[in-house]
Amino acid sequence: MMIDRTSLWIVIIGLGIGSFFLRFVFTGLVGNRQMPAWLLRHLRYTAVAILPALVAPQVIWPAGTDGQFDLPRVSAAVVTLGVGLATKNVLAAILSGAATLYGMLFLLG
Amino acid sequence: MAITTTKSAYRKGIVDALPFILVIIPFALLFGLLATEAGLNVVEALTFSIVVIAGAAQFTALQLLQEDVPTAIVLASALAVNLRMAMYSASLTPWIGGAPLWQRALAAYLTVDQSYVAAMTQYEREPQMTVPQRMAYFFGTVTPVVPLWYIFTLIGALVGSSVPESWALDFAIPITFLAMIAPMFRTLAHVAAALVAVIVSLIAVNVPYALGLIIAGLAGMMTGAQVEAWMERTKPGSAT
Repeated sequence: MMIDRTSLWIVIIGLGIGSFFLRFVFTGLVGNRQMPAWLLRHLRYTAVAILPALVAPQVIWPAGTDGQFDLPRVSAAVVTLGVGLATKNVLAAILSGAATLYGMLFLLG
Repeated sequence: MAITTTKSAYRKGIVDALPFILVIIPFALLFGLLATEAGLNVVEALTFSIVVIAGAAQFTALQLLQEDVPTAIVLASALAVNLRMAMYSASLTPWIGGAPLWQRALAAYLTVDQSYVAAMTQYEREPQMTVPQRMAYFFGTVTPVVPLWYIFTLIGALVGSSVPESWALDFAIPITFLAMIAPMFRTLAHVAAALVAVIVSLIAVNVPYALGLIIAGLAGMMTGAQVEAWMERTKPGSAT
């Protein structure tokens, strides 16, 4: 379906303004004021909760295979995480994950 | 090596973000390609990436624009995918809230998963850094990432759909995120937070408007906070 130009530009501009607001809402408006201890305690786990939650469904039901379980992608995910845990090295983890993905895709043809 | 000046903080940010180049290129290419396939011209695709700089939200919006979905719903869904940015903003506030407003505004525009995670890891590792050093580090992490996001969106839009699906570019981002997660498991609380977030995200995958991610994230954060409080209570010699 042809995308309507008005809708497209509304989405681009709206998403730009909205995303900026989401990114600015606390750093901009709270700034230097002290936040309560219970809130800070929760915020410490933002990254370690959100990123795995973002990735998990994509590993099990990848967009690239229209949601079909895919052995190369799952293997690549396991290897990336394993190498990352073992080496604490982001680059090593990315490279071994990519190597696993392409190796398996090649082998399974 | 400990950071001693704002200049060395900026440089360390650049160096720490270099591995992301490997994945930001395929991801940006993929957006450019899919935007072209969806009928966007080069200017539209590039503007999209410059104005929004949020891969996952852009892919969501692009997908929904091609279906018969009202514009307001397209916008709401893509913003929901980006709701995590508000959580990033909240968790950055204790570290950079003291910076000048214009720097906080610029950092807000440049808050992406990569810069956020690299910055948080660094701030927690060296809590004695000053606010200017923290800002310099943050801007360092986006220096190799954001320009490439623009450039490779453009290239993707120009080469069009000549990249075969078998390149599996879709999986560049999951691999990056997994690689970024691994060094974050420092305590039992971190591991528990991640595990609960993963389980909830899989259960909540069909929750509309991408809100499953937010539910899973909140569940993980609550778990992490509870486990941390529990560890403090059971720690030998603790006052409480």
